[in-house]
Amino acid sequence: MENLVNIFVKSIFIDNMIFAYFLGMCSYLAVSKTVKTSMGLGIAVTFVLLITVPVNFLLEQYVLKKGALVWLDESFATLDLSFLSFIMFIAVIASIVQLVEMVIEKSSPALYNSLGIFLPLIAVNCAILGASLFMQEREYENIAEATVFGLGSGIGWLLAIVALAAIREKMRYSNVPAPLRGLGITFILTGLMGIAFMSFLGITL
Amino acid sequence: MEKVEKEPLLSAKNKKLLKNPLGIDNPITVQVLGICSALAVTVKMKPAIVMAISVTVVVALSNLIIALMRKSIPGRIRIIVQLVVIATLVIIVDQFLKAFAFDVSKQLSVFVGLIITNCIIMGRLEAFAMANKPWPSFLDGIGNGAGYGLILIIVSFFREFLGSGSILGYPVMEKLGVYKFGYEDNGMMILPPMALITVGLIIWIQRARNKSLIETK
Repeated sequence: MENLVNIFVKSIFIDNMIFAYFLGMCSYLAVSKTVKTSMGLGIAVTFVLLITVPVNFLLEQYVLKKGALVWLDESFATLDLSFLSFIMFIAVIASIVQLVEMVIEKSSPALYNSLGIFLPLIAVNCAILGASLFMQEREYENIAEATVFGLGSGIGWLLAIVALAAIREKMRYSNVPAPLRGLGITFILTGLMGIAFMSFLGITL
Repeated sequence: MEKVEKEPLLSAKNKKLLKNPLGIDNPITVQVLGICSALAVTVKMKPAIVMAISVTVVVALSNLIIALMRKSIPGRIRIIVQLVVIATLVIIVDQFLKAFAFDVSKQLSVFVGLIITNCIIMGRLEAFAMANKPWPSFLDGIGNGAGYGLILIIVSFFREFLGSGSILGYPVMEKLGVYKFGYEDNGMMILPPMALITVGLIIWIQRARNKSLIETK
């Protein structure tokens, strides 16, 4: 249990997807103009991460890892399919995004309309694939750890995009030098927020 | 019957495809594509250069392949088709790096895999390769890869030079002997947030020189 809390806090604050690894930067910069839309996208990303990371974890454990196919036949013990992980992970992500889209459309049309175009775009959000690849690289031990890591990364991403959107809403009233307006100042803002987030680095749990 | 004029391989139009992404149509500073990976690999110059070459290869070849298939891809499932093509190319690049440049491959870690979701590639496929002939698409890919690489190399040059006092691993500052006069490396430059701020400053300089790029609001 302690271990899970540790992973959760770490993935939100210390290994924040945006500030420590710059994952999902494209949609982060493009969608963070208002708090409302960024909240919607953040929730959608969290949700997709929460599902895809454990699914990819199972895929990694029972299909792709070296000797993972032993449950099928003893002779597969030396088989290593991990070079296929990119294509498998992205296929899982793309299909889950499609599924989530269909489920939300049926069950909650209001939420579907507010998320609208962002849902399909999540498939190509680097944060999603990145979380699966980090899960593979850090070798989490069981599915609970992978799930908690997925959820934590999603919440970290949500936190970052909503914070940036809030600052950008206020930025409209400031007099930014013309060449820096828009994209330039957003980069610098994110950098400064990243420095603030670095204060979590010292924390050991 | 009129004879169809054959376009020379490097006509003025095609040259533009190569040149524009380096400056006024840069994928990172103007189109805002592919930032995710651009920032994380720029602590040292060597991984940045390897990353730039890998992305150029993938974007050029996937542009070429998609442009060849563009007429037979059904519109509804084009994203999946594009992802499969990209993922296949990325696996090839990844295996190649693991075989011939293992240490760099370890440094880049997940970011080689993340080329799949690099927005430059999807963005160029959607915006260019789906509507153009193979040869211009290939050039467009090379151009955009080079534009991406240019920013990567500029950012990594400043981060490595100011942060570790070396260029491509060669300890310039130590050889110059400036440490004796109390010079210290700026450890801040190695930290991730400085990559963002460096790109922000590049955008500032570029837009100050080229007023047409300034965002009105």
